[in-house]
Amino acid sequence: MSALLAQVEIRERSGEGCVAENGFCPEWIVDNFDRYVDPFVEHIYLTVVSVGIGFAIAFSLALIAHRLRWTLGPITGVTQVLYTVPSIAAFFLLQPITGRGNFTAIVALVAYTLFILFANIMTGLNNVSVDVKDAARGMGLTDRQLLWRVELPLALPEILAGVRIATTTTIGLATLAFFAGGGGLGAMIEQQLFFKSNVVVAGGLAVLLAACFDLLILGVQRVAMPWRRVATA
Amino acid sequence: MNFPVAFFGQFVDAFDFIVSERESVSGGVQIGGPGELLDLTWNHVLVSFVALAAAVAIFLPLGLMLGHKNRGEFVAVSISNVGRAVPSLALLAFFLAYLGIGFANVATVLFLLAIPPILTNTFVGVRQVDPDAVDAARGLGMTGAQIIRRVELPLALPTIFAGLRLSTVAVLATATIAPLANVHTLGVPITEPQTYGPDGQLGAAIIVAMVTLGGDLLLRFIERLVTPKGLRLTKHDDLPKARRLSPEMIRRKKPA
Repeated sequence: MSALLAQVEIRERSGEGCVAENGFCPEWIVDNFDRYVDPFVEHIYLTVVSVGIGFAIAFSLALIAHRLRWTLGPITGVTQVLYTVPSIAAFFLLQPITGRGNFTAIVALVAYTLFILFANIMTGLNNVSVDVKDAARGMGLTDRQLLWRVELPLALPEILAGVRIATTTTIGLATLAFFAGGGGLGAMIEQQLFFKSNVVVAGGLAVLLAACFDLLILGVQRVAMPWRRVATA
Repeated sequence: MNFPVAFFGQFVDAFDFIVSERESVSGGVQIGGPGELLDLTWNHVLVSFVALAAAVAIFLPLGLMLGHKNRGEFVAVSISNVGRAVPSLALLAFFLAYLGIGFANVATVLFLLAIPPILTNTFVGVRQVDPDAVDAARGLGMTGAQIIRRVELPLALPTIFAGLRLSTVAVLATATIAPLANVHTLGVPITEPQTYGPDGQLGAAIIVAMVTLGGDLLLRFIERLVTPKGLRLTKHDDLPKARRLSPEMIRRKKPA
């Protein structure tokens, strides 16, 4: 009996009792927090690189579709199919071609962002009012000037909305990147799937990351569109 | 990077895993083949269907109501932001750690994942219905319920189905990680490589992709079936947009 009591006391002092009973253990979290730093950074890396590359491709595709209207249908169709293929399946379907690792994860995540970004950029460009374009033409702007100085700035709200959606979606999907050997917070979740403290920290970090990126892009939106701040205030 | 022949070979092996039984990697058990894979596919579709049906049954009417009365816009719209920010794996792990494994828990996780697109799109779809159309319906003496059922719902169908397809794809994709909760879906070969090997993983991934694309196609087909004839004649996808862009369209059509 006394031995048992002693054991209980030791457990309580070191916080191990909580871990053994699979509770939610703040002490354990504080002690083990450094384990999450690398996966967290990896997660940010996967997200930023994927959305960055995805944006470059989607933007180019949108400019092509904007100039050559007939490409709109095929591009939408292809990106939509890519978007429909589940990310886990994509992580495995790519492995025979690209092997295991970061690269495979990024290819799949990029494929996933294309449809969201492309659709939003096109919506933004389509919503620019004809009168504005007419006025710009009347001032003697060339097609290229019209695009960069009038259409794209006016399409910014929709474009940035697309970036926000793509970023939060990618953060969610990147939790599955460990299936492709891509690491990230998902690998931490999967390692100790039934341990409450672990699940809460790793999952919580992913949600926190999504929220931070969302606010960051909102901030960028305000800075990038000074003319809107006045209009909406 | 592998040589093209090598990766082609891996797909051939994966296909072989799908069509014929073989001994497991660790030996002793027969795995793969149409028998086992049909079983897994059935479970996969079943758990997904239960979750989706529940989400539609509860949140489609709710979205219609909220949209009709124009209430709860903040909730209906921000729920989709929250839904996107919570990773499916984190949600599943949270349920496993706190509530345990099993069919009901997996179905609940999938149900939660299915809610945001259905609710948000239904709400937005109803709000986008031309107010003039609603006014006209009211002028014809329709009650609120009749307006919802015969005017707002049909006109909102494209947006509602877009949300439903998003939910379906997300649920079918996430059902792949259900084996972590001991529900035997198509994720089994993917999460147990020590038994199924790379062929099993790739083979299962192929079927998951086909099932998901199939679900998406099925819903497009159903959408076409339930869309009233009068709306089918126009390219209804473009109705709201066409209204907004009408000056441009008229101008485009004039020979300069």
